Amino acid sequence: MVSTSTLQTVSRENEIVVSMREVTKRFPGVVANDRVTFEARRGEIHALLGENGAGKSTLMNVLTGLYTPEEGEIAINGQPAQFRSPKDSIAAGIGMVHQHFKLVETQTVTENVILGLDAPRFRLDMSRAEADVAKLSEQYGLKIDPKAYIWQLSVGEQQRVEIIKALYRGAQILILDEPTAVLTPQETEELFITLRDMVAKGHTIIFISHKLDEVMSIADRVTVLRGGKVVATVNARDTNKAELAEMMVGRPVLFRLDRPALEPGEMVLRVEELHAENDKGLPALRGISFYVRAREIVGIAGVSGNGQSELAEALNGLRPITRGRIFLNGREITTLSAREIIDAGVAHVPEDRHTDGSVGDMNLTENIILKRYRHPPIARGPVIDWNQAREMSSELVSRFNVQAPGLDTRARLLSGGNLQKLILARELSAEPALIVAMHPTQGLDVGATEYVRQVLLEQRAAGAAVLLISEDLDEVMQLSDRILVIYEGEIMGEASGEKADRAQIGLMMAGQRQEVGY
Amino acid sequence: MNEAFIIATLAAAIRAGTPVVYATIGEIFAERAGVLNLGVEGMMLVGAVVGFMVGVNTGSATTGLLAAMIAGGLLSLIHAFLTVTLYVDQVVSGLALTIFGTGLSAFLGQDYVGVSGPQFAALKIPVLSQIPFLGPILFEHDILVYLTFLLVPLAGYYIHRTRPGLHLRAVGENPATADVMGVSVARTRYFYVFVGGVLAGLAGANLSLAYTPGWIEGMTAGRGWIAVALVIFGFWQPGRAMLGAYLFGGVQSLQFSLQTIGVVIPVYFLGMLPYVFTVLVLIIATQEQVRRHIGAPAALGIPYKRGER
Ligand SMILES: Nc1ncnc2c1ncn2[C@@H]1O[C@H](COP(=O)(O)OP(=O)(O)O)[C@@H](O)[C@H]1O
Ligand SMILES: [Mg+2]
Repeated sequence: MVSTSTLQTVSRENEIVVSMREVTKRFPGVVANDRVTFEARRGEIHALLGENGAGKSTLMNVLTGLYTPEEGEIAINGQPAQFRSPKDSIAAGIGMVHQHFKLVETQTVTENVILGLDAPRFRLDMSRAEADVAKLSEQYGLKIDPKAYIWQLSVGEQQRVEIIKALYRGAQILILDEPTAVLTPQETEELFITLRDMVAKGHTIIFISHKLDEVMSIADRVTVLRGGKVVATVNARDTNKAELAEMMVGRPVLFRLDRPALEPGEMVLRVEELHAENDKGLPALRGISFYVRAREIVGIAGVSGNGQSELAEALNGLRPITRGRIFLNGREITTLSAREIIDAGVAHVPEDRHTDGSVGDMNLTENIILKRYRHPPIARGPVIDWNQAREMSSELVSRFNVQAPGLDTRARLLSGGNLQKLILARELSAEPALIVAMHPTQGLDVGATEYVRQVLLEQRAAGAAVLLISEDLDEVMQLSDRILVIYEGEIMGEASGEKADRAQIGLMMAGQRQEVGY
Repeated sequence: MNEAFIIATLAAAIRAGTPVVYATIGEIFAERAGVLNLGVEGMMLVGAVVGFMVGVNTGSATTGLLAAMIAGGLLSLIHAFLTVTLYVDQVVSGLALTIFGTGLSAFLGQDYVGVSGPQFAALKIPVLSQIPFLGPILFEHDILVYLTFLLVPLAGYYIHRTRPGLHLRAVGENPATADVMGVSVARTRYFYVFVGGVLAGLAGANLSLAYTPGWIEGMTAGRGWIAVALVIFGFWQPGRAMLGAYLFGGVQSLQFSLQTIGVVIPVYFLGMLPYVFTVLVLIIATQEQVRRHIGAPAALGIPYKRGER
């Protein structure tokens, strides 16, 4: 008797709660999941690791019934399941926190939590629902005001709402899609504490990520996806970062970048008390001052939406400046147009490479000459010398290693990494004095990321001033000589690149001013 | 200006505003679900002619009214099918619907111009109409006016305080979220576009069976467009929209009552005001900043396809 009951407990602990067999999901032109087999056990944190585009989100959207797979079988708690919509999977105890949160901004926390439920039938009993939400938030240590509107909340708080939403529906299996991408290091720690608490309470967590450190620190087991296929499922304690990276990328990966010490040169960019508004007409930059010298990379770290986009646009003449001044090599450029700023020697690697960085329906050559078709040798009087243009683009395309069928390929058909290389080719070949690069490696695979970082370091060595705006704190810390942290349109403090302390930067990202650095 | 004049003008304002109230509440429902329906004018016209024809042939204004509501509802389903199922541009589809409804109503009503038919008569509400001043303004109307006194607060309550109302708002604000939370975006949009059509049909019949009994081609005279503007003016809130509709009704009734006391403002000038107002509201509301500020549903006018990036 005793032995059977022990057996049962053991089998219950290792019980397979999610089983996906040979799942295939296609999109026009891509096989996002190619005969994927994936299993998660009760009470584990199972990481789904893979590069951008590996098919992680798609696999989980199949599991929750948002997408219907072409082939394959799914079983939950041993029962075959065919989910036609997320409603079905919710009923089966699966909750998902999407990478882009699924919240209605104009509604309150509680309204969002009860959205889509069948009860109450008609009249909403808000005070009761609010009490329930408060109770859950207490129970799991997810601090939140049930009456607050979503638009009033920070990203970290919004994530808590998403988790509460799943728990309110009784989710036993919780999927989190790249949950730390939007968090400060401290918020990430808090999230991890919550997740560990949840598995202790018997929940199963599927944790999607492409960050190795995180996966190593939180996961019990790891399933690695590459190009839509499963590479392997391993125990986290039996593996290491290098091995996971190799599985994820398909070849050995270097973790170190060579950033030689350089003596910074002349002041190239000087920004004084800069103010600008966001698209809604609210203050986005509130008196920002800093400088960037030749031969240095200055990183701007911060959680997204704290004025980074507006800063990049203001510097490039794409957003009106309400107050303050900008100088380039001692010359004021505050009121110059975008074109005049380009001609003054500022290169821009924009946030959105599809809408702002390139023209999708134009070919490689046309995209390459976008910023210089008015000047010789490309311009010959009023006409464009296409032979010159093609010669130049062919030279740049091979120098920057852009993989494309030909020079007349439309830019829209390039992969993210190749498109970014094309943009770099255009921006950097003019030997700019200042490079403003925003999220230059976002969404790129490891190979392309390494390449882009290398190119920025080369530009630094060649004497350019580089302003790197990125939400990826690791990237900022790896590349920057100095780091500035932006919060709600103000600079919270500065740290030196090598000596930067993650915790201190994290505090600044959360809005605490720090006098630190050197 | 004496009291009788004021009472008569205000009472007339309510009567004139009532058809617009129906059409506006209907459009609020459709737009709250994220579907702009510029076919209100067309649906009202069809409602007016169908309501009148059925009224004449059955001798019952109530039967006419029901027929008008069905006609408006059916017409709106064309718009729902085109925009929700086929993802056709909502502006194009709505304009087409108005053009279609205008032509269809003229065609159907050919033999009914100048015919007299049944109508909803005024019902004095016993005790309430005795209230000094307010009584004769509010409680000496036909049943359709009284129904709006119930409809408007109920619509406000429904939108803000009930589960279906919560789902309705979510679909108009963020359909992708509503979808993953298990609310069917397509079903919700079909339903509220239909509700909008039913109310537009009712609004039309209100004209042909109560306010100005009879059928004349184009008798809505732009009230459908005014309803579209009032939705914006009312910030998508039924109560505010009703006030807007009465304001419109007030300007209309002033046209007549001012003449009776011999004030010489050109009638055409007053008659023009609601349309100038409509144009102004629409121009202002095209500013993205203004739209967000006054609470336009964020997904208004945007087709929803699951998995679209
Ligand atoms: N809705 C969609 N429509 C078309 N292609 C898609 C869609 N979603 C994902 N894909 C493609 O499927 C592949 C896997 O994407 P995804 O699952 O988002 O990757 P991951 O989450 O691992 O970054 C990519 O090539 C992506 O471009
Ligand atoms: Mg993803």
